[in-house]
Amino acid sequence: MTNADAFISIQNVNKFFGSFQAIEDVSMDIAKGEFFSLLGASGCGKTTLLRMLAGFESTSNGEIFIDGQAMSDVPPHHRPVNMVFQSYAIFPHLNVRDNIAYGLRRQKLPKAKRDEMVEEMLELIKLPGFGSRKATELSGGQRQRIALARALILKPKVLLLDEPLGALDKQLRDQMQLELRALQRQVGITFVFVTHDQEEALTLSDRIAVMSGGKVLQVDTPEGLYETPRTRDVASFIGNMNFFNGTVRRNGSATGAVEVEGLGAIPVPVEQLTKPDETPVQIALRPEKFTLSAEKPAADLTVAGKMDNTAYLGERSHHYVAIQGREEPVAVSMPNLGASDLGQAGADVWLSWSPDSIVILDAD
Amino acid sequence: MAETSLSQAKADPTPYKGSRLGGLLHRNETLRGYLLMSPTMVIMTVGILVPFIILLVMSFWTREGFGFDTTLTTTNYQRVWTEPIFGALLSRSFWISGVATVATVLLCYPMAYYVAFHVHRNKMMWIILMTLPFWTSYLLRVFAWKVILGYEGVINSGLMSLGLIEAPLEFLLYSQTAVIITLAHAWAAFAILPLYVSLEKIDKSLLEAATDLGDGPVTRFLRITLPLSMPGVIAASFLIFIPTTGDYITPALLGGPDGAMIGNFIQLQFGAVNNWPMGATLSIVLMLWISAIALVFLFVTRKAQEKIA
Amino acid sequence: MSGTYIKRPNRPLQIYAVIFLIVLYTPVLFIPMFSFNDSLYVRFPLQGFTLQWYGELWTREPVWNALWNSIKVGVVVSLISTLLGVVAARAITRYRMPGKSALVTFIMMPLVIPGIIFGVALLVLMSRMGVPLSLYTVTVGHLIVCLPFAVATLLPRFEGFDPSMEEASADLGENGWWTFWRVTFPMVFPGVIASMLLTFTISFDEFIMAFFLTGTDPTLPMYIWGQLRFPQEFPSVLALSSLILFVSFALVFVAQRIGRVGLEDEL
Repeated sequence: MTNADAFISIQNVNKFFGSFQAIEDVSMDIAKGEFFSLLGASGCGKTTLLRMLAGFESTSNGEIFIDGQAMSDVPPHHRPVNMVFQSYAIFPHLNVRDNIAYGLRRQKLPKAKRDEMVEEMLELIKLPGFGSRKATELSGGQRQRIALARALILKPKVLLLDEPLGALDKQLRDQMQLELRALQRQVGITFVFVTHDQEEALTLSDRIAVMSGGKVLQVDTPEGLYETPRTRDVASFIGNMNFFNGTVRRNGSATGAVEVEGLGAIPVPVEQLTKPDETPVQIALRPEKFTLSAEKPAADLTVAGKMDNTAYLGERSHHYVAIQGREEPVAVSMPNLGASDLGQAGADVWLSWSPDSIVILDAD
Repeated sequence: MAETSLSQAKADPTPYKGSRLGGLLHRNETLRGYLLMSPTMVIMTVGILVPFIILLVMSFWTREGFGFDTTLTTTNYQRVWTEPIFGALLSRSFWISGVATVATVLLCYPMAYYVAFHVHRNKMMWIILMTLPFWTSYLLRVFAWKVILGYEGVINSGLMSLGLIEAPLEFLLYSQTAVIITLAHAWAAFAILPLYVSLEKIDKSLLEAATDLGDGPVTRFLRITLPLSMPGVIAASFLIFIPTTGDYITPALLGGPDGAMIGNFIQLQFGAVNNWPMGATLSIVLMLWISAIALVFLFVTRKAQEKIA
Repeated sequence: MSGTYIKRPNRPLQIYAVIFLIVLYTPVLFIPMFSFNDSLYVRFPLQGFTLQWYGELWTREPVWNALWNSIKVGVVVSLISTLLGVVAARAITRYRMPGKSALVTFIMMPLVIPGIIFGVALLVLMSRMGVPLSLYTVTVGHLIVCLPFAVATLLPRFEGFDPSMEEASADLGENGWWTFWRVTFPMVFPGVIASMLLTFTISFDEFIMAFFLTGTDPTLPMYIWGQLRFPQEFPSVLALSSLILFVSFALVFVAQRIGRVGLEDEL
């Protein structure tokens, strides 16, 4: 994406709290209408970045542009963005209608028009007839919807969401995820969504920025992040991953080859093999990319191991397989399709995989 | 419907231009904070700091006829140091306040303990009930004790009409005892609150753990509850001792000559005796003594707590 | 919960608590009791019921003047100290300020330092500046006494206030001024009322500052103090005191109830 397409452009932004650097040289562009997530563990700077977009934190240096306009001197109440707070911040002294209509005061609309807009919003968030309810009588899910409506009624250019689903229980959260995604498609507003839940980010987002220690590690689509993580941190933050130490040794092979602990010299995707021979690298392989069998399979790439232990998770099982030449057992995730004949701990098993499923990362 | 009205983004007016000062205040939180604090600080400075400095300066002046000799001298301080009357008054003030403080804390502790541990419903009502008298006129509460302890007051006339005593008990009014009783009663609420807060904060599972590990109620109280509530006891002691040492109303109404305290003497200097520099000196000396006692007290309790821990 | 081992009822402590409360309130109750007593002398046995002392108060010009003086001072003091308290409590809770705890300690100082010292210090200041003693000087003295109470009453309100409420308002397009009136003020309103009632009561009842700073116009407590010298005035002082006590109790009770409305933890 070029800079010209960017609806939100964050350019070399730094943020210091005293001597602590919360944001370190972050640059990224977000397109119009995108559902964009900031993903990272707590303290990674994702919320600070979101609050900088909203205007609640200033940038120490660098600049943020929204729709082509520089934001550093624009206070929160003049920014074309609205936010859904983590705590929802529903005004307790106002009823639902007045909460939703809160931001409309400045537009000096006639009361009938205002009420009509509020009703429209209540329809949109599937809470029709809730206008006269007290804010203190709402459930968590309802508060979250009201917070959404209160922001959306102002037709912001960007909607900022600060872990809006964090306070909800699992079932409600799953339901709200679907609704949120549908709502975003319906209204077409750019969403910037902060979360620490990788599953949530993968489900909802068009693109995700993975953050750690104030830095952006990678910005990519969910699939891109999962299939081709660029660093070990990203790979281990999103899903589970087996890491193997290895050394590049092409040995004249056209497919490219890496000498890997426990697996031997194996072919790897040639486009990923950019390093010269004898460079130490890491090979990453997702647990579900392995196939586990009790008999030696016909596949080319296979290695023998011993079953270490198994965790049964319902639809799938996680197996840990010890292989020679590697200290840590290899994690393997297999769907539970039928009666399993993989045997008990200590049984002989075979691991096989496809060369395409390998990701090559820099060594630590 | 909703779709159409939402699909167009917020209308874009002319780009926002803020003022310089507005921008500075938007970015600098600390500055905004100080700005908000400034009116209060001005009042406190004019009302406390400046008067104190003038009082301090005046304490080095001397009286000259009806005016002041403004040459700086330590004459007043020397007099306070050498003439026994001042030392006697100061030590009596500290003695009376000290006894009243100990009595108040001892009497209030069980009450605070009761509300913290044994009241489960309407706690708020209990707290309001315990602290309510504190908010009403101090003068009238002291006056009430004059009514009770007076020569022909409630106690004496009551006992006499019951035939228990022949003549009024004279030690009740115009004595140190009267002052101590009144102070302890009047400042009870001040002790209750910090005691209650420190007791309420104690994690109840600690008490259950102590019981589980074999402590009976008494040892449990001595080993867990009391040490953990010490901050409240210390705070309560400070909150009573410091203001009562300089009390004026109670000794004036109930103390008589034996119960007079330093506050009465300071007032005399500004009133009948008309020696303002001396009054200023006494005020400063009182402040210094209070600070010194407070520091020693803090030091001792900290040492004691370290020993326990 | 009442069944748990630690919390089982403790009978002796309960009895102690009841006696404590009785002893706490009884002394003050003698004042109204004797104010209805048909005798010049405050002593047992009671002589019969009368409203004579209240009637006498009604016709006394100086009582009305003193009452009016106290109300004037009290209203001004409660308005100013609450306003300053709101502003200070907000600054203390919202902003990162170096030296904040020192500032708070400074504001809270009048709570513990003997009142007589502030009284004489202000008296000295006024006389050095050539300001004649009047109700204005009493007002300044009362402001110093009341400010810590206003701040202490308002602080928990502002502390229990989710800062994202104000951010939400700014985010929805309101500037600081409107955010204050539409969000902050309604949410701290009970605290404001409580602070105004408390500071009014404190000023109305305050004696020691008034004692040093009053000019020719006495406040009500100063008037009572003056009357205490005359034994024949005792019954009417008792009647006046009863009225003041009643009003003070009512105001403070209401203030305490309102002040805690909506605060999550009760203290």
